[in-house]
Amino acid sequence: MTSPHPLRAMDITVGYRDAVLRNLSVAIPEGSFTAIIGPNGCGKSTLLRALARLLKPESGEIFLKGKPIGTYASREVARSLGLLPQSSVAPEGITVAELVARGRYPYQTFLRRWSRQDEVAVADAMAATGVEHLALERVDRLSGGQRQRTWIAMVLAQQTEILLLDEPTTYLDITHQVELLDLCRHLNREGRTLVAVLHDLNLACRYATHVIALRDGAILAEGPPTEIVTADLVRDVFGLSAVIIEDPISGGPLVVPDQKAI
Amino acid sequence: MNSSASMRRDNCRYEVDATALDGPAHRVIRCGPFSFKVETHTAIAALLLAIALVAVATLALAGGAFPLRVGDIVSALLGVGDERAQLVVIEWRLPRVLGAVLIGMALGVSGAIFQSLTRNPLGSPDVIGFSAGSYTGALIVLLHLGGGYWLTAGGAVAGGFGAAALVYALAWRGGVDGFRMILIGIGVSALLGAFNMWMIRQASLQAALGAAFWGAGSLNGLGFDQLRFAALAFAVLLPASAYLAQAMRQMELGDDVARATGVPVMRMRFALTFVGVALTAAATAFAGPIAFIALVAPQVARRMTATASVSILTSALCGGLLLLVADLAVQRAFGNQLPVGVMTVVIGGFYFIWLLVRETRP
Repeated sequence: MTSPHPLRAMDITVGYRDAVLRNLSVAIPEGSFTAIIGPNGCGKSTLLRALARLLKPESGEIFLKGKPIGTYASREVARSLGLLPQSSVAPEGITVAELVARGRYPYQTFLRRWSRQDEVAVADAMAATGVEHLALERVDRLSGGQRQRTWIAMVLAQQTEILLLDEPTTYLDITHQVELLDLCRHLNREGRTLVAVLHDLNLACRYATHVIALRDGAILAEGPPTEIVTADLVRDVFGLSAVIIEDPISGGPLVVPDQKAI
Repeated sequence: MNSSASMRRDNCRYEVDATALDGPAHRVIRCGPFSFKVETHTAIAALLLAIALVAVATLALAGGAFPLRVGDIVSALLGVGDERAQLVVIEWRLPRVLGAVLIGMALGVSGAIFQSLTRNPLGSPDVIGFSAGSYTGALIVLLHLGGGYWLTAGGAVAGGFGAAALVYALAWRGGVDGFRMILIGIGVSALLGAFNMWMIRQASLQAALGAAFWGAGSLNGLGFDQLRFAALAFAVLLPASAYLAQAMRQMELGDDVARATGVPVMRMRFALTFVGVALTAAATAFAGPIAFIALVAPQVARRMTATASVSILTSALCGGLLLLVADLAVQRAFGNQLPVGVMTVVIGGFYFIWLLVRETRP
């Protein structure tokens, strides 16, 4: 059974000590590259973590392919849904190939530790992200862009239909941001559903096919960037006065901030 | 046959350099639905450690007041040959050698588990208070409940778990951060140490002497009776830790990645903590608190294998070897007068200082 929304949240209230999101419902369209945007502290990462079942909602339910996510075994979820968290730790001295291989954990058992499929998946993931020539390098000696591609390769090795990326472009310079988002777009066009928390509104408009705009834990708008990103929305979401012009490259919206914040 | 990269026997395959991408650093064995990846460095290190272990064990069985040749030892172990040699080897020396190896292994694995859980080479059960807790438990039994071997052992196990529960409770803040746990563990360890001293001060001279000797950590008086029980405990705990090792490695990538790749993090952390504490507590129950083996062994093993993670197998072998060497050195240098725990403190103390300097360097 395929549903047009492989991942959805129904009426969830979720947070840490206090609820960050209250009675929020959202559905991720199948095959979309969804960007979650909004100001700092609006609950973007909380939403992503809830969708990835890293945070358990106090109320409400997350549905993965039509079934409550809690009814799946945790390895089963990990075979459908991959996550690149905001912060991750690479053990000192681990190589790129070893780190990518750890993405195969949901397929491995005590007696099945390195199957032919594991090997192929890891090789494919490294090829897709262009890190195969770094296979034997230590992750702690890579540049920021290479390291982020390695982590994405680890998530890709999980071979999931859905990828969740929490601020994948943070700490990267503009060239590497574009390079990484090009990679994301490529992965999306190959058939994966992508959900990414993005900070840069213009990059989100350029790459995403679906945008979810959050403010104070509530969704203000969602839809294709060409339809929803307007001067009004930017003011409502970010409290920023801006002019929207046509992006000369993509033809989509380009947000140009006005002189002063309101 | 030897020149081919892969050998086929029925459905089983032994493959060398399965993919160039993964580098020449491992071998793969596949057989039907089963598959294993053997890291070359780890295999070599394990082999070297095992050879060293056998060599030192032989040395320990051969030497002493009644020197024997290797041939005598082998025939004594096989139950043939000179009866006096059999008595010396099997009844006198073998329990001590086996005890050193088993207890050292348990400590090495326990250290590997907690260093992995805390993601810090300082996070070892003897540093974060679990050994001190075991000693407290044993002391309460020795001084206030009349002692007795098994009761003391039980007290050590209960004390180890008590200390672990205390450290976790104090370090808990919606989750356990490795570094906070280490700092709190060092504090708890110091407090328990003071409490242990106070208990010994309150006791009668004779009880205090017994408690203090036990507290230094010694393999004296380890016989087959206790060994059988130790072997049983470790026969359950060591395979359990090998089973949990996969999840343990995954958790080294951070809780979020571990959970996202399908590790039930809370459950696994509890299971690993349970096994790790049980290993330290059992080792302490049999030989008293032997310091620093748990701290040193996994790191020596890690440097030998040049891998990112500490491996359970090499940590175990390294722990066994270290304790056996320390015990042998103490016996040869000081007779049976000095407990091996004093020796490991000396070895470990220098390592600890070096580690502290290295870890706290900005």
